[in-house]
Amino acid sequence: MNAQRTINFTLNGLAVTASVGPHHNLIELLQGHFGLTGAREACGQGLCGCCTVLVNGRAVSGCLYLASFVDGAEVTTIEGFDASNQLTPEQEAFIETGAFQCGYCTSGFIIMATQLLDRHPEPTDNQIKHYLTGNLCRCAAYPEIIEAVKLAGRKRKARDATPVRP
Amino acid sequence: MAPTEKPAATTRAGSQIGRSVPRTEGRDKVTGRAEYVHNMRLPGMLVAKIFRSTVAHGLIKSIDTSAAKNVPGVLHVVTIDDIRMLIPNPYYGPAFHDQPILADKKVRFVGEPVAAVIASDPHIAEQAVQLISAEYEELPAVFDEVEAMTSKVFVHDELAPAATFADLKHLKGVKNTNLALSFKLRRGDFERAYAEAAHKFEHEFRTQKVLHLPFEPHATIADYKNTGVTLYTASQGPSFVRTEIARLLGWPENRVRIKVPYLGSGYGAKLYIKLEALALALSMIARKPVKLALTMEEMFYQITKHPCTFRIKSGLDNNGKIVARKCEVFWNGGAYADIGPRVTQKAGVTASGPYNIDNVSIDSHALYTNVTPSGALRGFGVPQLVWAYESHTDMIARELKLDPVAFRRQNLMRDGNQHTTSQVLKDAAIEPVMDLVLDRMTWSRPLERGNGVVRRGRGFAIAIKTVTTPTTSVAIVSISADGSVTLYCSTIDMGQGSNTVLAQIVGEVLNVPAESVRIAQPDTDVTPYDMGTLGSRSTFHMGHAARRAAEEARDKIKQLARDVGEPEGSNVPVAELFKKRYGMQAGNIVASGTYKPDYVSPDPETGLSPNVTPFWMTSGAGAEVTVDTETGHVEITKLVNVIDCGTAINPKLVETQISGAALMHLGFTMFEKMHFDGGQVTNASLADYKIPGIRDLPGTMENLWVDNVQHNGPFGAKGVGEVATFCVSPAIANAIDDAVGVRLTELPLNPEAVYRALREKAGRPLDEA
Repeated sequence: MNAQRTINFTLNGLAVTASVGPHHNLIELLQGHFGLTGAREACGQGLCGCCTVLVNGRAVSGCLYLASFVDGAEVTTIEGFDASNQLTPEQEAFIETGAFQCGYCTSGFIIMATQLLDRHPEPTDNQIKHYLTGNLCRCAAYPEIIEAVKLAGRKRKARDATPVRP
Repeated sequence: MAPTEKPAATTRAGSQIGRSVPRTEGRDKVTGRAEYVHNMRLPGMLVAKIFRSTVAHGLIKSIDTSAAKNVPGVLHVVTIDDIRMLIPNPYYGPAFHDQPILADKKVRFVGEPVAAVIASDPHIAEQAVQLISAEYEELPAVFDEVEAMTSKVFVHDELAPAATFADLKHLKGVKNTNLALSFKLRRGDFERAYAEAAHKFEHEFRTQKVLHLPFEPHATIADYKNTGVTLYTASQGPSFVRTEIARLLGWPENRVRIKVPYLGSGYGAKLYIKLEALALALSMIARKPVKLALTMEEMFYQITKHPCTFRIKSGLDNNGKIVARKCEVFWNGGAYADIGPRVTQKAGVTASGPYNIDNVSIDSHALYTNVTPSGALRGFGVPQLVWAYESHTDMIARELKLDPVAFRRQNLMRDGNQHTTSQVLKDAAIEPVMDLVLDRMTWSRPLERGNGVVRRGRGFAIAIKTVTTPTTSVAIVSISADGSVTLYCSTIDMGQGSNTVLAQIVGEVLNVPAESVRIAQPDTDVTPYDMGTLGSRSTFHMGHAARRAAEEARDKIKQLARDVGEPEGSNVPVAELFKKRYGMQAGNIVASGTYKPDYVSPDPETGLSPNVTPFWMTSGAGAEVTVDTETGHVEITKLVNVIDCGTAINPKLVETQISGAALMHLGFTMFEKMHFDGGQVTNASLADYKIPGIRDLPGTMENLWVDNVQHNGPFGAKGVGEVATFCVSPAIANAIDDAVGVRLTELPLNPEAVYRALREKAGRPLDEA
């Protein structure tokens, strides 16, 4: 369990460095070194989506993804979403539709909902279900989550239609 | 009523009640910044991992910890002998002090904690756990609840009831039994009435072992110092944890501090005392903060729902009136009692259902077995009962060719009737709930059932439940010198939205927006006593306590106004009053409120009482299904859930509680099941234990409540968290029977069960797998 290795990567837009063991996963790195607990372990098998993190723009299960693999990568966690202290349309929509109860799985759902809307700005129910099938919510806020994704889509549209002030 | 704003008669313009206030903690949750114990770290904190039993029942011959102790980075390897040096009587539990902090001479289920490793790093602790070995002298084990009644295998040598429950005193020291508690209720003369009944029906129903699986697994950090101990714990009941930890230490409660941040949910899993006793002992040994956090797999060895066998007999007269009912309920409590005896008693009270029956006999038995302990899971046993009695009701109607609606309506309890316990029913909207279910199901219109491979059917069910009584809640309201308001209470917001609802109640009394009311984080050094966040009790009990505290604060503000010479009814801002009184922004108004409802303990011989509950929960569900007769696959095309919550203080939160409860129970109904092989759980992971996902949503779902006011509730409200779990299982089983004419009497209603029943019916039964 020795063989520590120093890695450098970008975390939520900032260049960072950390010493990690070969057995450490991304969640341990984020929680242990950086105090970021928005991605969190639940099932430990990559099945529930609570540990979702973006690595080079791609969603990964942080509980299975080895920490040393993010060397040189761009890592974004839920804490990077409101960097300018502004909630994203997805975050707003989750609050407004009540799309969570305990909140433990919410980070993962918001990350995946964001990616879904990047690809399908006006998703159908079926597209939403297909895209979010890898995220589980034990409180079963699924109907509200579907509603939130749709609302977020409308919010994005309204935002994009608003002319940027000169 | 649909989830619209301001539904109840008790609200007034501009009020905080009946408004869908967004969750107070919403922003923290969507930004990933809400705090959970499972992710917490304290400076200098060590971590612990558990070595668990591999046998279901056995005497411990030896535990070899030497190799584990030699792993670099391991600080301590702990067994019960080490703990006993610090805690002389290391047994805990809410109803019985039957659970050792680590196995003591004997193991009673696979997965029972036997030893623990404390290390600086979780990977080192885990590696060391692998190096521990134990030798057992295996004993015969008992797994089935009915078998446990008469088995010569005894899980415990003698019973050890906790002193806190006076009604268990007579069980102290009882030997040669697996029966932790029997509750009985006798009304009228069942034997005579049944003997004389024109029609007799007898069925047996079973439910499987399932578990809560909150996504934040159990976690506790204990920080022991000689002067006091602090526990950061994912608990639904910090006050209870404090009492129990103080008892183990022989300390006054004020040296024990329990802090609970947000909970990654609970559903009953995190009630009473779970990891806290072991975490305490480990921190005493290490003299440093020690964190104990389970993996999802380990939760299969912590606490589950009660499997249950329910034998029900009913006698009817020639007019379709139920004249006699006998309920024999066997609860599989697992190796340690946890709150099982209370589930047995509190659920037992309503085992005969929401029907007027003059002659009733109920026996409800809590049994020890050699599996993971069972506790409370969103319904305190009632979903298991409703599964049986509402399936039974439908089977009777079907056999006698009675209309299932008219049959129920004829026998239904209504306000003013005596419940089986003899308590007179009040504000229990059973019939309105049923009517709204039927309306939303368009029941009066015929259903096209199909005649091909895929058939359609529909069914419904109704239910009643008491609230766990008598229990106490205390709240403190503080008004700061700038006029801002804080509520201090130990109710845990685990996702149900209690913080938001309590802020609305306080805001209503003090005439400030709910959004401006701060709810202090539960911390027993700061927040006062509450019995626990369980059994749909918080809105009612803590709601009243918070209301009373706020009313006292309001009175004190008026007094302050008088003290500084303001005329009655003046609208000078509160901050100005403080400034006038103290010469600057200073001072504080502190007010408190306590609530405990009246209660009359059931008569030990008859189980009768004129007052077992301050309010009745009622709910109904209707399901439309399609059944593929070639595969046994059932699709739920429509699910209607209706409850009675009195005034909906926050309509949106009520709706999500109904929806979430029903969907969770859909999993327990359709597929969730812990599989066992010789006492060993064989599917202890999310990969092998399927829970509902987004694809499991019914085709359409409606979540509604009836217009009702609970006369003695805070602003007419009552509890809501569990209610929508009750009727899902029987509604679906009744719909399956309606579709394809097969009756399932055991959960889950998975394709295999349906297909086996179809083959059985066709006279071509499948071999046992």
